[in-house]
Amino acid sequence: MSCTCQTPGTADQNLLVQRPELRAELESYIQTLPLSANPDRNRGFLIQTLHKAQSIFGYLPLCVQLFIADQLKLHLSEVYGVISFYSYFTDTPIGRYKINVCTGTACFVKGANRVLDEFKRYLNVEVGETSEDGKFTLGSLRCLGACSLAPVVMVNDRVYGNVTAKMVPEIINDCE
Amino acid sequence: MIIDSPAKLNELAAKAASSSARTKILVSMGTCGIASGTTPVLNAFRKEIAAKNLQNAIDVVEVGCMGLCHSEPSIEVIDNASGKSVIYGNVAEAQVPAILAAEPGEVAQGTKTVKRTWYYPEVETKQDDALQARIVLRNCGRINPEKLEDYLANKGYQALAKVLTTMKPQAVIDLISASGLRGRGGGGFPTGKKWQFAAAQQNAEKFMICNADEGDPGAFMDRAVLEGDPHSVLEAMVIAGFAIGAHNGVIYIRAEYPLAVKRLHLAIAQAEEAGLLGKNIFGTGFDFKIELKYGAGAFVCGEETALIHSVEGMRGEPTFKPPFPAISGLWKKPTVVNNVETYANVCAIVRNGADWFKAIGTAGSPGTKVFALAGKIDKVGLVEVPMGIKLRDIIYTLGNGIRGGREFKAVQTGGPSGGCITKAHLDTPIDYESLKALGSMMGSGGMIVMDEDDCMVNVARFFLEFTLDESCGKCTPCRIGNKRLHEMLTEICEGRATMETLSKLKSLSRTIKDTALCGLGQTSPNPVLSTIANFEDEYLAHIRDQKCPAGVCTNLISYSINDKCVGCTMCARSCPVGCISGEKKQRHVIDATKCIKCGVCFQSCKFHAIDKN
Repeated sequence: MSCTCQTPGTADQNLLVQRPELRAELESYIQTLPLSANPDRNRGFLIQTLHKAQSIFGYLPLCVQLFIADQLKLHLSEVYGVISFYSYFTDTPIGRYKINVCTGTACFVKGANRVLDEFKRYLNVEVGETSEDGKFTLGSLRCLGACSLAPVVMVNDRVYGNVTAKMVPEIINDCE
Repeated sequence: MIIDSPAKLNELAAKAASSSARTKILVSMGTCGIASGTTPVLNAFRKEIAAKNLQNAIDVVEVGCMGLCHSEPSIEVIDNASGKSVIYGNVAEAQVPAILAAEPGEVAQGTKTVKRTWYYPEVETKQDDALQARIVLRNCGRINPEKLEDYLANKGYQALAKVLTTMKPQAVIDLISASGLRGRGGGGFPTGKKWQFAAAQQNAEKFMICNADEGDPGAFMDRAVLEGDPHSVLEAMVIAGFAIGAHNGVIYIRAEYPLAVKRLHLAIAQAEEAGLLGKNIFGTGFDFKIELKYGAGAFVCGEETALIHSVEGMRGEPTFKPPFPAISGLWKKPTVVNNVETYANVCAIVRNGADWFKAIGTAGSPGTKVFALAGKIDKVGLVEVPMGIKLRDIIYTLGNGIRGGREFKAVQTGGPSGGCITKAHLDTPIDYESLKALGSMMGSGGMIVMDEDDCMVNVARFFLEFTLDESCGKCTPCRIGNKRLHEMLTEICEGRATMETLSKLKSLSRTIKDTALCGLGQTSPNPVLSTIANFEDEYLAHIRDQKCPAGVCTNLISYSINDKCVGCTMCARSCPVGCISGEKKQRHVIDATKCIKCGVCFQSCKFHAIDKN
C-alpha cells in the first residue's frame, strides 16, 4: 500500500466494498495493461486508467485513487496531482445529467455566456456545482468542434445546437 | 490478409477500386453531420434502395466530414461512368426518393445543392473557380474511414511501400526538407529540419508522436482528418519513424473526440492485421507500432514538452527548451512531435515529389492550410486553401460573407495565442510570415469571424479568461500576470478603468510575452495587444465615455422601451426576471433596478421598440 493514512470506513471507502463488481471491472482492466515490462514507465498508464475508473465509478473518490496508486506502484500524491490538473477528472460525485455549455470562441461570439448565465440562474448553481436534488451538474467546456451549431450545449451525450437563453427550461424539461 | 509486398498492395488496391455499381452516394458521417441528423437520412437511403432492389447498382458510402458544416446533412451523388457529381445540402429524409430517381449528373427537384469550390491537386488540374486545393483533406468525405480497402483504393500505403522498399532514411528527410513543409500545428517550424535533428541522435530508442490534442477553440480540422481519413496519419507516422529511426509511435488525442478515438482504434487494428503496422513491414525488416494516449482536458498539453509529460502520466506542465524533444523527449529519448495536419501532407509529398508540393502555395510557405471558419460567417465549415490566398477570398467567396448582412469587423486567427485581422488587411496574402507581421499567427487554423455586434475588449477578456483557466501555474508571469491582465480588462468592460489602466495593460502584456516559460504564456497577451493596436478607439470609448460601442458589456448598457411599443406583452412574458410591466396594448416599462441585461426582450421584440443604450 502506497499510503495508509486514509480514514477507514468513510463513505468513499465503502464504494469499493459496496460495489465489488465495479472494483473487479477496474482490476481486470489494470491486469490487461502491459505493466512491469519497464517499471519506470508504468506511470505512463496512469491517465488511461483514470479515464477507465471514472467511466466505471462516475467520479474518482479517494478509495479509487488509493487503489490505482497501489496497483501502479505510485504515490497517492502523484495520482491526486494528475486528477487535480486535468479538467476531465473529478473527485466529487456528479449529477445524473451533466449539462455542459460550450464556451469555445465560436460559441462565445454567438452568445454562449447568456446561455450559461441562464442555466446558473435557473438551476441556482455555479459552474462545477451540482443542483440540490443531485440531478444536474453544470459545467462548461471548450469547443466540441461543432462550431456550425454554435452555441452548443451537451447534456450527457445529447447535443443541442443554436441554443438561446429562452430554450433553457425546455432543455431541463427534456431531462426529466 | 497480410500485405507483405508492394505487389500484393497493388493487387489489393486494384481489387478495392473495381466496383460494379453505377452510382456512389457519399453520406457525411462526421460529428457535425451526425449531430445535424445525418443518420436518419442514411437509413432512409438504405431503406429506399432495398425497397427498390438497387443494392447492386448503388453503393452507399459513409464518409467523414466534407467540410460543409453549413449544409449538414450533406451528401454527394457520383455517377461512376461519367464521373459527374452533385452535392446536396440540408438533405431531409423526404427528399431521398427524388434524389435516387434523378438522372446521372442531374439535380433532383425540391433539393438544395452545394457548389464544389475545390479541386484535388493529386488527380485533377485546377479549374478557374476552384479556390480550394485539397491535399490534407484529399480523402475526407470521399472514402469510408472505417474500411482499409477504401483507403487502399485511393493510393493508400503506396507512399509507405515506396519509402520502405526504394528509399534510404536520409533520402526521405531530404525530400521533406526540399518540399518546404512546415509544422501545421501553429509554429511553422520546418518539418524536415525537425526530423533531421532526431535522426542525427545515436540512440536505439526513439519516438514519433502525433499531436492530436486539438485544443484551440474553434479549430476542428484535425478532428476532420482523424474522423475522415485516419490511415493517412498512421501511414505518415511509419514513414517518419523510418526516416528518423524510431520504432514506436504515440498518438496523443483529446478525450473530447470520441468518434475520432473510435476510428483511430479501428484503423490501427486494421493496419496491424494487414501487417502495415507491427513487425517486418512489407518484408523489409522494419518494425513500427503505434499506441493511443488520451488527453484529459488541458489546453497546455498542445505544447510539446507538456504533451510529453502527459504521455508519461504526469501533470501536463511544460519544461524549458533546450533540450528540445528531438534530443531528449519521451522517457528522455529523442522524440519528434508533429501535428495531425502536418502528417496528413507527408504521404502526398512522397507520392508526388517536392516540386509538385512547392508549386502550390508561396515560396516561404509551400502547400495548403486547412482553416476552420466559424463565428458570424455565413458558411461555417472547413476549407483547405493554397497558402498565399487572400483573406477576402476566404471570407467573402468561400464563406459567403457575414451572416445576416451585418458589417465585417475582424477575424481572429491563432485562437487564444493569436490576434485579430481587420478590414484593412483583407487583401493580405496569408502565410506564416504575413500573419505574424499583422500581430497574429497561423496557429492551428481556426478563424473566428466577428461582426459589428462584437465588442473587441470583451473578446480580449474572453481569451484571457481562457488562458487563466488553462494556465498550468508553473511560471509566475503566466499564473499571476494573466490574472492581473484579466482584472484590468474586466475593469475596462465594467467602466471602472482609467487611462492608467490602459498603459499598465500594455506594459504588463509585453512583460509576460518576454518572460513566460512556454508558448502558452508567451502568446497569451497577443489578443490584448492586437485588439489595442487595431481597436484602440473601443478601449477609449469604454474608459473615457463609459460606452460599449458594440452594446455588449452589460455594465455599460441599459435597455428601455420606446414609443414603437404596441403593448403585445411579448417582452414581459419572455423576461426571465419579470422586470417588464405594462397593460396589454399599452406601452411597457423596464424596471432598470431589476433588469439583468440579458437581452432576451431585445431579441424577442418584433416592433423594434426596445432600445439598447
